[in-house]
This record gives sequence, C-alpha cells and structure tokens, in this order.
Amino acid sequence: MRITELFDNGEFVVTAEVGPPKGICVDHVVEEAKSYLSGITAVNVTDNQSSVMRMGSLPACIALKNAGLTPILQLTCRDRNRIALQSELLGAAMLGIDNILCLTGDHTKMGDHPGAKPVFDLDSVSLLHTVKQLESGVDLAGNPLVGEAPKFAKGAVVSPCSDSIDAQLAKMERKVMAGCDYFQTQAVFEPEKFIKFMEAAKQFGKPVQLGVIIPKSVGMCKFMNNNVAGVHVPDDMLEELRADKEKTKAGITGVEIAARIIKECKPYCQGVHIMALGWESKVPALLEKAGI
Amino acid sequence: MLITEMKVGETLRSLIQGKVFTIICHGCREVRFPEQEVNAFVRELAAEGIVTGTITTDYICNPDFLQMRLKGRMAEIEDADTILVFSCGVGVQTVSSYLEDKRVIAGCDTYALPGYQGVTPLEHDCDQCGQCYLNLTGGICPLTACSKSLINGQCGGAKNGKCEVDSNMDCGWERIYRRLEKIGRLDVLKCPVQLRNYATDDEVSR
Repeated sequence: MRITELFDNGEFVVTAEVGPPKGICVDHVVEEAKSYLSGITAVNVTDNQSSVMRMGSLPACIALKNAGLTPILQLTCRDRNRIALQSELLGAAMLGIDNILCLTGDHTKMGDHPGAKPVFDLDSVSLLHTVKQLESGVDLAGNPLVGEAPKFAKGAVVSPCSDSIDAQLAKMERKVMAGCDYFQTQAVFEPEKFIKFMEAAKQFGKPVQLGVIIPKSVGMCKFMNNNVAGVHVPDDMLEELRADKEKTKAGITGVEIAARIIKECKPYCQGVHIMALGWESKVPALLEKAGI
Repeated sequence: MLITEMKVGETLRSLIQGKVFTIICHGCREVRFPEQEVNAFVRELAAEGIVTGTITTDYICNPDFLQMRLKGRMAEIEDADTILVFSCGVGVQTVSSYLEDKRVIAGCDTYALPGYQGVTPLEHDCDQCGQCYLNLTGGICPLTACSKSLINGQCGGAKNGKCEVDSNMDCGWERIYRRLEKIGRLDVLKCPVQLRNYATDDEVSR
C-alpha cells in the first residue's frame, strides 16, 4: 500500500523509523517494530544512517514486510551511482516495496568509514526525477523498461526550523518539481517556526509529516543543538528536562514534550514522523498522549 | 592543461539581459582558448549596439590584476546589465566575486587536460567539468564550493551556514542562494533538474 493513498483520503499519517543492524541478525529490529510500531501506518528503514555501515535498507524492509508491517525504503545518493540506484529501485518494486524516501545522504566523512568514496552522482532532487522517469517506463538514459513500470509513493525531507528557511523552501520546490509526493521533516522542537514554515509550504500542495524526536536527556538535546542541522531545542525545554531527573530518565518528560509539540502542530500538517532513536517502546504512549 | 570551449551562442543569448560588458581572457599559456569564435560572437553583439565595452586580457584569475584591469572601465561596467566573461571557470568566479552585485555570465565551458595546470591562483577553484554551472549558481561553482558537489541545491547538512563536513567551510549553496538573491536571480533555482555528465570526452558527449 502506498502511503500517498492515505494522504489522498485525508488521513493523518503516522510513521516511525528503524535502523538495520550492523550484522546479519534482524530479529531484534523486527520484534521491536512488531511490538511498538504495528499500530502505525508505515516504518522508514534507514540507509546506512549517518554514514555508518549497516545491513542494507532493502533487505531490512523485506524482513519488516514479512512481519506484516509497511516499510518505507530510504535511499541515499552517498553510496551508489545512478545505475545502482535505479537497479535497487527496480528490485524494490519487484519485492513489493512501494514507499520510498529519497535523500542526498550524509557525507561519508561523518560516519565510521571516513575514507570511503562519497558518490553523490545524483542528489535528492535528481533521484526523485529518476524515480519519476522509471515510473514512466524508461530509465534515466531514456531506454525503455521491459514490462510493467514501477510505481512508488515518493517522499523527501525538508528542514522547517533551519536557519535559512528561504533556501529550504527553494529546495523543497525543486523536489516538488522533480516529482515528490510527500515530505517528512527534520525533528521539530519549535512549533512556532514549523507553523510559519507550513504557511509558506502550503503553496506546494504536498502532504507534510511533522518530524518528532522524543528528547531523552539534556545531554542529547545539547548535542543536537551543537551538531544537528536544523534542530534547536529551546532553553525552556532543556529546563523542563532538567527539573526532574528521574522523570526524564523514565522518558515521561520527553514524551510529554513531544506530545505537546505534536498537538500544537497537528492542525498545520498531514501526519507525523517519529524518530524514536532506540525509544521505540515509548511510541505508543506518545501517540496516546498526543491524542492520535 | 585545460581547454575552454565557447558555449552555444543561443544559450548565451538567452542569458544576456540588456547591455553587455564583455571580458575576454586569453588565459595562461596552459589554456587553449577559442579566440576566433569568441571574437566573432562579440562582434555580433557589438553590431547590435548592446555592448558597452570589451576588454581582452589575460590572467583575470588574479584578483589584484583583474581589479587593475577593470579600474579604468568601471563606467562601462556600471552601464552594463550583464557581464559576459570568456575564460576558464576560475576567471569567471574571480569576476563574479569582484563584481558581486552584477549579473556575471560564463561564456565558456572548461575541460581538463592532463599535464601542467599552470599558475592559476587557487582562490577560486574550477573543476574543469566541461559543463560550466556558473550561470545557474550566481558565479559560484557548486562542484568546488559544496563538499558533496551538489548541483540541485543545498542538502540538509548546513549548521549556522557552515558545512557538515568542515565547520570552517561556508555552505556553498548558502553562498549561492545569497548571491542569487543579491543579483535578483532566484528564478534560476526553478531550472530543470541538473544531471552531471561524466562522459565529457569529445567522442562520448556528442
């Protein structure tokens, strides 16, 4: 099932994400997803997230699919050229994966193989364009595909709390022009910025899912503030996390904060995308508290 | 060595707005420059009465030298809406960073050749890709200014305007966006999806 069908029906689409293991046993990931994420619409499977080498996104997607979940294949342009990416997309379609998220990808220098060659033959925009081309029955070089053409729900990301909103909107527009069907956002901790962004992004007429991270600790938030592009956890939230250490450690404060952000932003977006970062077990409580 | 080839006249005409000041750089000894073609094109433009002035020089990649050469011609430059530069990619970038609020157009594509690269000062870098993007990026090379060499806009990795790979490096696309904003050319961001062509060898690309 393509998640675009749900957006088209006006449904509020909830997704989360999991990372494949650095190894060949995927049971733990599947079990966690089954226990905590089976109630939601779909689950992103990351593609060597943060440039750290792991099992591929596609095989992990299949493991989730076999367990009854709907996976979203994340595809980055860091490790594969246009031939490998198209080939992967055809394979995904053959295996019944029809939801994808197209990303440029972090630089190889950010990860655990910093000496690796960064490919970036395509980028998020040209990858979306490539997918659209495949859907029309020809490859990027214009050669016809044999038989039925693939069809995907094509997603991309946008960073609504970035310091250069105008540049982000310009990039978002290029993604829409290239064929993007829906957007997931970078984690939002400043609802007022998100709402302002959505007022400008409305013009594109594409569904946008609010990105949510459950804040685990003051240290984690400070790390994000210093290192993660487009993420800023405001001081009052840091105070809230600092106030009751036990409550924060138990995840109660984080869930409260995240639920509040979702409630505040919900009228302005078409779904929510939860990046639990190991706290998958808190997702059901979060959704309940947020009234979804 | 490197080779500069003039872009198709029609392409250049579509980029020219109003009056033009042309800068022709014969470059260093290491450059093969399409002299006759460029001169013919500039004569064509001049015959139409849209050229405010032309200088033919060399080593415009040297910022001090460029400044000296342009000094006496600033009235003509002010009078022009478009500055058309025939040089390698380094030359165009040097001009566009000097004439920051002018619409600077690259007239040539630059191809690499093996061998001695000459004495080009590396304040700006040209990847010699053979499909010069400077006309889509406000005269800032996205291949060398962006650590991922992205050609369709910025990634999500810049923090406080700095690159995710090197916090001392400005995000190239942030610079490109600001420059386009300054010269009133944000419309170029609506251009078709760009794809690199790595097969710029003569026989493959034609």
